[in-house]
Amino acid sequence: FYLERSRGRNYEAELQRCHPEVALVEFGDYHPLKPIMVTDTKTRRGARKGSTSSSSSSSSSVPPDPLSSMLDGTDPLSMFAAASASETPAMSHSRREKEEEAVGPDFEPWSSKRGEILARFTTTEKLSIVTAVVSVGKAPSPGSSAVSEKVRTRLEELDDLEEGSQRELLNLSQQDYANRIEELNQSLKEAWASDQKVKALKIVIQCSKLLSDTSVIQFYPSKFVLITDILDTFGRLVYDRIWTMCSDPRPLPDSFTVEDVNDTAKETCLNWFFKIASIRELLPRLYVEAAILKCNRFLNKSGIQETLPRLTAMIRGIGDPLVAAYARAYLCRVGMEVAPHLKDSLNRNFFDLLGTFRQISGESVRNQLVLQRVEVPEYLTLYSPAISWILQCIAYRAPEPLLTEMMERCKKLGNNALLLNSVMRAFRPEFVAIRATDFIGMIKDCDEAGFPKHLLFGSLGRSLACADPPESERLTILNEAWKVVTKVRSPQDYINCAEIWVEFTCRHFTKREVNTVLADIIKHMTPDRAFEDAYPQLQSVIRKILTYFHDFSVLFSMERFLPFLDMFQKDSVRVEVCRSIMEVFIKHQVELTRDPVILNAMLHICKTMHDSVNALTLEDEKRSLALLIIGFIRMVSFGRDFEQQLSFCVEARATFCNLEPVLVQLIHTVNQLAMETRRVMGGNHSRKTAAFVRACAAYSFITIPSLSSIFSRLSLYLLSGQVALANQCLSQADAFLKAAVSILPEVPRSISVEGKLRSSESFLLDFINNFLATLLVVPDHPEHGVLYLVRGLLNMVQDYTWEDNSDAKVRVYISALPLLAAMSQETYLYSIPKVDSNETLYGGDPKFLSEINKLCETLIGQILDHLKALGRDEVRTNADVQRFCFFFLMIRSVLQKVSRGSPCSPAPEHQSLVYKLGKNICASHIRFV
Amino acid sequence: MSVTLDIRLKRANKVYHEGEAVTGVIVLVCKEPLQHHGISLSMEGLVNLQLSSKSVGVFEAFYNSVKPIQLISSNIEVAKAGKIPGGKTEIPFEFPLQTKGNKVLYETYHGVFVNIQYTLRCDMKRSLLAKDLSRNCEFIVHCQPQKAKVAPTPVNFTITPDTLQNIRERSALPKFLIRGHLDATNCVISQPLTGELVVENSDVPIKSIELQLVRVETCAAGVLNACCVQIQNIQIAEGDICHGLSIPIYMVFPRLFTSNCHFYTKHTHT
Repeated sequence: FYLERSRGRNYEAELQRCHPEVALVEFGDYHPLKPIMVTDTKTRRGARKGSTSSSSSSSSSVPPDPLSSMLDGTDPLSMFAAASASETPAMSHSRREKEEEAVGPDFEPWSSKRGEILARFTTTEKLSIVTAVVSVGKAPSPGSSAVSEKVRTRLEELDDLEEGSQRELLNLSQQDYANRIEELNQSLKEAWASDQKVKALKIVIQCSKLLSDTSVIQFYPSKFVLITDILDTFGRLVYDRIWTMCSDPRPLPDSFTVEDVNDTAKETCLNWFFKIASIRELLPRLYVEAAILKCNRFLNKSGIQETLPRLTAMIRGIGDPLVAAYARAYLCRVGMEVAPHLKDSLNRNFFDLLGTFRQISGESVRNQLVLQRVEVPEYLTLYSPAISWILQCIAYRAPEPLLTEMMERCKKLGNNALLLNSVMRAFRPEFVAIRATDFIGMIKDCDEAGFPKHLLFGSLGRSLACADPPESERLTILNEAWKVVTKVRSPQDYINCAEIWVEFTCRHFTKREVNTVLADIIKHMTPDRAFEDAYPQLQSVIRKILTYFHDFSVLFSMERFLPFLDMFQKDSVRVEVCRSIMEVFIKHQVELTRDPVILNAMLHICKTMHDSVNALTLEDEKRSLALLIIGFIRMVSFGRDFEQQLSFCVEARATFCNLEPVLVQLIHTVNQLAMETRRVMGGNHSRKTAAFVRACAAYSFITIPSLSSIFSRLSLYLLSGQVALANQCLSQADAFLKAAVSILPEVPRSISVEGKLRSSESFLLDFINNFLATLLVVPDHPEHGVLYLVRGLLNMVQDYTWEDNSDAKVRVYISALPLLAAMSQETYLYSIPKVDSNETLYGGDPKFLSEINKLCETLIGQILDHLKALGRDEVRTNADVQRFCFFFLMIRSVLQKVSRGSPCSPAPEHQSLVYKLGKNICASHIRFV
Repeated sequence: MSVTLDIRLKRANKVYHEGEAVTGVIVLVCKEPLQHHGISLSMEGLVNLQLSSKSVGVFEAFYNSVKPIQLISSNIEVAKAGKIPGGKTEIPFEFPLQTKGNKVLYETYHGVFVNIQYTLRCDMKRSLLAKDLSRNCEFIVHCQPQKAKVAPTPVNFTITPDTLQNIRERSALPKFLIRGHLDATNCVISQPLTGELVVENSDVPIKSIELQLVRVETCAAGVLNACCVQIQNIQIAEGDICHGLSIPIYMVFPRLFTSNCHFYTKHTHT
């Protein structure tokens, strides 16, 4: 009579045998990218029966790299760089000069101003546009031989343009107007493409004529933007055309000179200038010539240099100050683009502008304003884009004395607010910051009637936000500025200005000042729910505060911070604000916290985010919100006060019940808490801590069922079971594992992963394998039968509706075999301290072992049945053969492991059956293959 | 059968001075070989005069206007009767721009009563069945730039209601004072007219200030045709400009329509 049992194993010895030899690496020196010298050392190890192994070790001294040693430590590139640096200084000097000439990336280009102006200067008034009926389809026949004929038609066309055939479109809305101008732009391009140069010129002249019309004056800056776009297009077209005329043998280099240009191109270019010089009206002549200013390069070297001052002087002939200011702005814009080194005409422009400044308050302007019912302050703001642009061009890389001179000149004009505003916006912030006190003085001296002061302070604040004024003056500056800001009546104006100054406050002052500022904002914005119209600004205030205050205990100790948040009453905005706060919190909060102020506030914020989730919320939105909340939960730690942490988790669970990822995180946190308790107690729970860890288990146990994802439930049950087991809560662990087994049948056959439906089989198999591994250490419940959980699991696997044609069930059986084998050992492979596994419970009781063996036999029987079925079936594909072979090898190795070395093989008839089957089937199938 | 005949001058701007050679090519493009009876090229410079009916009688004007004065004329045969191969054929030519005797080569000028024009004419004679081909090409003659520079004589001017002519009711005019100066009264034709102008004061807002170029044609033969024609009108100020600020006067002369020049400015107030 043999006692059937598995082979006994000595895990210790096996472990030692399998241990790989450790190659010693000195971590301090080791880096994979460091040069390594491989020294081949052969060591004999007696223990391995004289087998020779070679080990490589990195030497700690860094040996010279053959490449660098050849070059004496300097690599070739840096050598060249060093050589060129010490080369002729003249060359580098000229290069530097060139750099000064060109406009660097720090120059804010016109294109960035464009959109801003278009958005700012709008109107609801009806506009009108005067255009000549552009004759379409009168394209001159290109092959017509009579030149004089062509000339005549051209002249006629020009006459047409001068004389009439014009049509006035009335009652255009602003959008219509913009569309109309865009149409003109298109027809300009078309005319050009179809070689109708005269028509193109006509269109451009017409467009620039529109700029003399100031009938809807609020729209003028936008009109300027739209029309100068067309002019720019035209200038580019002309330039490119003449350029291509010269690029006959090869394209002109960028730095071409007049000598490179051929006669035909010169003649064409000259013709353009003559034609433009004969335009009757001043404004079109001016604008069109400015538009093709760049073409002067083809004619002579000094062309641009001579033309710019002339055009500058020409602008003096424009009577309307607004039209003139914008004409100057255009000239500066073209000048900066074509010849940025010619600063003189820029300055000239500005001084001329100052010279004609008194016109703004002149009689004709006043009459016009009365007629159009436009207030003076509004009228003055129309100037700011033009003047700011001119000043920006002047101030760009300008020397300090020039700026000082400019400022003095502005001062002389009775501290004109409009100018002051532009100076502050255009000049370098550092320049303004140093003189901040002066500026405040000047702002105070301005008369209130003309230009609103809050705009001035807004501009000043913008400069101070980027550059620091002298430290001693900061507080005075803030006081002075805020004194004015707080007096602004209109909430919209107020918040626009206050928003700018918040940055300065945050930058230089402490929470006390910021708190005061916030209080003031709240006071201004609350009446009549003014905050509803100012969400963007209020959000920007929050953003600015968050950039400067990263310490959340300071932030939340500002009394007014949370009341400030309360002003965001529109849900979407509020969530966005909360989100931005959370993002900063997660990014900058380094230490774990238990500060009640932070916790309260953050809970409040997170709750706001959580409460915004509803049925319509997108998956992605939910996920990102959940991530933010999880980030917060991770930062909470009450240190040794585990109970409080648990109660925090309870509270959090109640608060964030709609976001599953948060619940998952909470369960993890609680599990971690239990393990932490165990670590603190060194594995020996006192009565109190035992109760606590049981409470933790209970928390997990009642939280898990509320999750909808079956796999997170499964894995959390398993994990929590393991934690409970580690904490010696046997009945709790049992409950977890039982719960996991009991929901196994619910696992659907396919689940959606990242939006795609995929078979759940592989996930399920993974889980079961993991589960089986845990079962080894789980002691049997005294009231249930032997191997209660294993049987339960196998039963569930048996009953589960697997996919057709799937081997999954058999795979589970196969992986259950090693478990059973391991269970039959005298000492188990692993165990949990303080928990008696079955080894101790049964102490190798033969009844127990025979139970195991019975189970094994059933399993093997099942497996073999499956194999037989596989063998019997007609083999359809190659994959089937592979499948069969795989199982065959698998079962063989499992059986060998289980049976080898034992006094008797568990079931010799089975074994022989396996071999027989294998032989037959393999033989037949391999032939087939 | 298509054939095109073209004259291409070497200079893109077609401007020549006395003593220079007018050079260029005759371009013939035809698909097939072409039979012809000779190609000739002629250069001609003519002065056309037309007397104004204002200064002389209508009949006289009619009679006298039909006598063009020839300044220069020459003729060359480019190719003898023969055949031109198909494709593009370029035949170069060169004329010296030199007068015979003591005639003066006047500048090209297109006016109302006086016309000075220089042309090249290329004729191709063909057989009876085909039409003769001919092609005209105008070129422009400029005087040699004056050697000795005329010292510019600036001139100051003042315009008030009193200085205006052709005014019926002087009292109805608003008061104004405009000062200014022109940099030169004798201008080099290739250089623009420049100057400055200041509105010292004006009772009513100014709408526009315009600069008018007026041409006076006189006949070389001695008969005066003092007729003023406005050639070019350029606005130099628009709207109620700033008083006391100088405004530039600047005008580029239209090349074809001007020759020997006198100017005066005219300021319009409306």
